[in-house]
Amino acid sequence: MREPRWLPWARWAGLGLLGLFTLTPLYVMLTSAMKPLRDVQGDFQWIPTTITLRPFADMWRTVPLARYFANSLIVASVAALVSVLIAIFAAYAISRFRFPGRRIFSVTVLSTQMFPGILFLLPLFMIYVNLGTALGVELYASRTGLIITYLTFSLPFSIWMLAGYFDSIPTALDEAAQVDGSGPVGALLRVVLPAATPGIVAVAIYAFMTAWGEVLFASVMTDETSRTLAVGLQGYATENDVYWNQIMAASLVVSVPVVAGFLLLQRYLVQGLTAGAVK
Amino acid sequence: MVVSTTSRPGAGRRPASPGGPPPPGGLRRGIADRVPARLRRLALPYLLILPAVLLELLVHLVPMVIGIGMSFLKLTQFFLRNWSAAPSAGLGNYRVAVDFDGAVGRSLLHSFLVTVAFTVLTVGLSWLLGICGAVLMQGSFRGRAVLRALFLVPYALPVYAGVITWSFLLQRDSGLVNHVLVDQLHLFGERPFWLIGSNSFVSLIVVCVWRSWPFAFLVLMAGLQNISDDLYEAAAIDGAGWGRRLRAVTLPMLRPVNQVLVLVLFLWTFNDFNTPYVLFGKSAPHEADLISIHIYQSSFVTWNFGSGSAMSVLLLLFLLLVTAVYLVATSRRRSDA
Repeated sequence: MREPRWLPWARWAGLGLLGLFTLTPLYVMLTSAMKPLRDVQGDFQWIPTTITLRPFADMWRTVPLARYFANSLIVASVAALVSVLIAIFAAYAISRFRFPGRRIFSVTVLSTQMFPGILFLLPLFMIYVNLGTALGVELYASRTGLIITYLTFSLPFSIWMLAGYFDSIPTALDEAAQVDGSGPVGALLRVVLPAATPGIVAVAIYAFMTAWGEVLFASVMTDETSRTLAVGLQGYATENDVYWNQIMAASLVVSVPVVAGFLLLQRYLVQGLTAGAVK
Repeated sequence: MVVSTTSRPGAGRRPASPGGPPPPGGLRRGIADRVPARLRRLALPYLLILPAVLLELLVHLVPMVIGIGMSFLKLTQFFLRNWSAAPSAGLGNYRVAVDFDGAVGRSLLHSFLVTVAFTVLTVGLSWLLGICGAVLMQGSFRGRAVLRALFLVPYALPVYAGVITWSFLLQRDSGLVNHVLVDQLHLFGERPFWLIGSNSFVSLIVVCVWRSWPFAFLVLMAGLQNISDDLYEAAAIDGAGWGRRLRAVTLPMLRPVNQVLVLVLFLWTFNDFNTPYVLFGKSAPHEADLISIHIYQSSFVTWNFGSGSAMSVLLLLFLLLVTAVYLVATSRRRSDA
């Protein structure tokens, strides 16, 4: 198929502008993280005059970043793991069974996605406080509470995406496994799961990213010991100084795990999205 | 959204048929013939969805019901320790919220209108950038994979990391934006403020578009991959040029993807709390007072949770209405086509 002669020019102009818009903040994040404090407080410099790695060392002392980091890591990993597990079972039920209540379940779960978080923030806060007292489990201001909250945030999208993914796997595969003597759950574990690995990986990344980046509930449902990065990073702005170089360094460091994971596995995410979005 | 699935009814509980072709993997048929299996299989789908149901109940549905209940209470700071003692407010909280002559109602209406304008602009621009990027990325050229990965970074970045960086860029005295606009291009005589005053609305849109266009780009690219090359070739044989192929093949074939994408972008943007919260802090400027921040503030600053809940319920009703109208309108157009 012939491309018009202007297309390569338009392509580079268009993609160049998009690239400039997308990458400028990332460039600033990277370079400002290596500037001394006086250079980020004065006039902006495109090219740093003094390069230092001090901010990367100082940022751990200005705020207890290591603790926030560990909290975020625990919360996001556990939430992603449990969310994926639960989503696999629910999506399999939706994809392979026709049962009364199936439609209500899928519509209700999906529609929770549109709820404004602010609507259930206050009641959830109250439920966690009361449930915690009643059961003797600390839910409010604890990582457990955050994990439970976050895993439900990614659950609707995960179920929807995985159900779409399972639909694209021929039922003949499950039937072969069942003829072979596996029950439905055996068929899920032995045949469907291996075939759906890309979708499952995509959902796990999505769930991890959701939990890693959430701000609203983290700002209300944590205290100093359970604080995550989302709230912790705001600690660099003190009354006297805003340590912009350390903020940029910390932003860079907390972004690396998610961005690296996302970029390594984005192929699967696109496949998963395609299966989910096009059905 | 039309959800069609490929599996046949009852596909999951078909017993092994004795007359069928011999199973590929041996003779372990005895397990499938157990008697209580039928009952177990009727219950199985419910067992599979049970964990999801319980969690959705705990975190979404029960809190929502309680939230609706709270919206009918006079839940001010005097009753925070003992919620059940709060007197009923009847429809009072709602009456105050929609009384547009009063201060509370007027600021809620203002915040609502700001949010609508913000959402329309952000979703429109994100979609536009997404489709431009996706269409220009079609075909193969050097650097395509690297560029594609770079474009996705803002979406992969944690919200707070990306938005904090923007708030640094938008600082009046030390930020990049004013350095470029004032010092290098001399577009303004005086350094403008970007995080307070009327400019904050523009800043908020720019930051949100920066964050959400990669998502549109990702979904649209996935949609483009699913359009068969035969269609383009048929159109090319019919003499359709590049622009004509875009209008006659690409855009119509993307319609199902767009239908979902625009709805998801709309809901995310309308409910967005994270971006303004990180960009402006707890009190957003009047011109960029998005509804989530507005409700958060009127709940936690005035400690009037009853009135905050009433506003949340109104917000939910609005979103339900828009979604329902949107779904009816788009699926009708789709079945006409």
